[in-house]
Amino acid sequence: MERSRYYPKQFTSVFVVSVVFLVLSVIASLIFGARSLTWQEVLDGFLQHSESFASSVFQKRLIRTIFGLCCGSALGVAGVLMQSVTRNPIADPSILGVNTGAALFVVCGMAFFQISDANHYIWFALSGALLTAIFVFGIGSIGRGGATPLKLVLAGAATSAALSSLVTAVMIPRSYVMNQFRFWQVGSVGAGTWDSILLLLPFLLTGILASIFCAPALNALALGDEAAQGLGVKTNVFRLAAAFAGVILCGATTAVAGPIGFIGLLATHMIRLLLGPDLRFLIPMSALSGAVILLVSDVIGRLVGSPGELEVGVVTALIGAPLLIILARKAKVRSL
Amino acid sequence: MNHTIHVIKQGRMSRRRRWIAVTLVLSILSIALCCAMLLFGNTIYPVRDVVAVLLGEEIKGAAFAVTTIRLPRMLAGLFAGFAFGVAGYTFQTLLRNPLANPNVIGMTSSSSAAAVFCIIVLQSSKAVTSFVSVIAGLLTVFIIYVLAKGTSFAIGRLILVGIGIQAMCNSIITYLMLIGEEHNLPAAVRWLTGSLNGVKLEELPVLMISCLIMVPVICVLGRSLLILELGEQTATTLGVKTDWVRVLLIVSAVVISAIATAITGPIASVAFLAGPIATRLVGTGKVNIVPAGLVGAALVLASDLVGQFMFQVKFPVGIITGIIGAPYLLFLLIRMNRRGDL
Repeated sequence: MERSRYYPKQFTSVFVVSVVFLVLSVIASLIFGARSLTWQEVLDGFLQHSESFASSVFQKRLIRTIFGLCCGSALGVAGVLMQSVTRNPIADPSILGVNTGAALFVVCGMAFFQISDANHYIWFALSGALLTAIFVFGIGSIGRGGATPLKLVLAGAATSAALSSLVTAVMIPRSYVMNQFRFWQVGSVGAGTWDSILLLLPFLLTGILASIFCAPALNALALGDEAAQGLGVKTNVFRLAAAFAGVILCGATTAVAGPIGFIGLLATHMIRLLLGPDLRFLIPMSALSGAVILLVSDVIGRLVGSPGELEVGVVTALIGAPLLIILARKAKVRSL
Repeated sequence: MNHTIHVIKQGRMSRRRRWIAVTLVLSILSIALCCAMLLFGNTIYPVRDVVAVLLGEEIKGAAFAVTTIRLPRMLAGLFAGFAFGVAGYTFQTLLRNPLANPNVIGMTSSSSAAAVFCIIVLQSSKAVTSFVSVIAGLLTVFIIYVLAKGTSFAIGRLILVGIGIQAMCNSIITYLMLIGEEHNLPAAVRWLTGSLNGVKLEELPVLMISCLIMVPVICVLGRSLLILELGEQTATTLGVKTDWVRVLLIVSAVVISAIATAITGPIASVAFLAGPIATRLVGTGKVNIVPAGLVGAALVLASDLVGQFMFQVKFPVGIITGIIGAPYLLFLLIRMNRRGDL
């Protein structure tokens, strides 16, 4: 039998437009900031290494842009994975409390194990994210109907509230942790270095590869567990793998950049609106659009907050939360 | 027939007696906690000195500690706790859902965001801050109500919309904290957790007066609240002007809890815990506004004492109530999920 060669109708055009946007946002991210660069300076920065001020600004901004691209795509894919595993349109690491779990572990690490660099943050953040995800999903799926959006969101919000009071309780007696944490807590890509990019990269690649590998199985899962099993998909294995990949992606990003919310929500819904629910396309395109959204938010933050900057986590929350509200309004009451 | 009336009367009497007894016990408990707040501290002054200071005598040392530190702290805890308890109970009853409270709906965080903005950016006075945070709270509730209304009113949608608004407000608070000056940091942390530290006596009259005006209003409307509990259609049939009562109740509840928030910051979980505890103590079928307020006050005062003296470090009251409240919230969610209420 011939393999189906189905492509969503607008795939090519959406892809091209996304790439164009990506290029534009990269350029914008290189140019704009506390000190705007000219085209000439950007070009010079690419071509030669000089000791000039403009060149060092360029270097810094290049790192920031690449770092933003990595984080954005990781968060975009994490959003798709969580949404499809929980079969829930409003799953996002920030809404499900996963970010707070990561934060709690990082704070405990700072306070009790004296960790202070991203190498160590990442393992604490990952385990925190993983445990919280399991916990929230466990509570949200108790009872009739499994993990409905409302149940999951409430479980996430409750867990988040519980964990954040623990975070503060750990933090208050230790002012050095408070100072360190205050800057970590606002998700930002400004502090990215080559090291943090290298640190993130293995997790990013593993997560994205795993998710692409899972995509066909997740497509079948979207039909319901029984249908998927009928099609010969090992539902539990794939669901676990996809959830794990999602948590790795958002946990690692949270560790290096701090909690940046709503990227997954924004990216996935935009792409799904254009391309439909096929995950084979949704996953790579969400990575792309996640990166674009994060970069654009970062640029907006730099422009609005100038001469300082508005951290990207703040901007994405301000853009993303209204989307959550729109989704809540659109959903049928019972299906919430 | 006569027998039935007799049974009903008896039931009503016993419920009334229970209500009075519970209210009395709660009042005594709150008063005892207030006294404890005045007596304990870094130094423990004899009761005689404290009373003398309160009556206006100048006793070296004790006068400062009691009137400048402990009295405002105690009054703020008492009234803010009362306000949070009443507001939480009102919301829970109005929306017929134990999860509905000013925190979940996102109102508290918008009040906080407005207050932080006033303090850090505008550096405005306390009165302006209170006023702005009340307006912000009311506005948010209005926006959430409009957004959640849709074709038919649904509590699930209301909560989701509220969580969205909360996320926005929290991000604003986080940002404001970051740009805030170093010396504003303790104040900023108060806005994240709620604390009675550093409350000043002159900030309190706003809160006290609004409590004294609004709580009676809520109590008067409380009878209709009791009927609203039966469901909207029944209430309309029984002659309650549901829309007006609801608007008035929401406005009063929002006003007192926003004013309290402007002074103490959002003290976690009090609004959410007070109602269910009061209902458990008194039983349903009675208007539990006053008991709920007293439970709130007792919770805040007791948690503040725990936070001050139980550990080596002094924790603000919001952390203690947060740690008490969170497991209950999770427990409630699990129970609601099991029953299929969500």
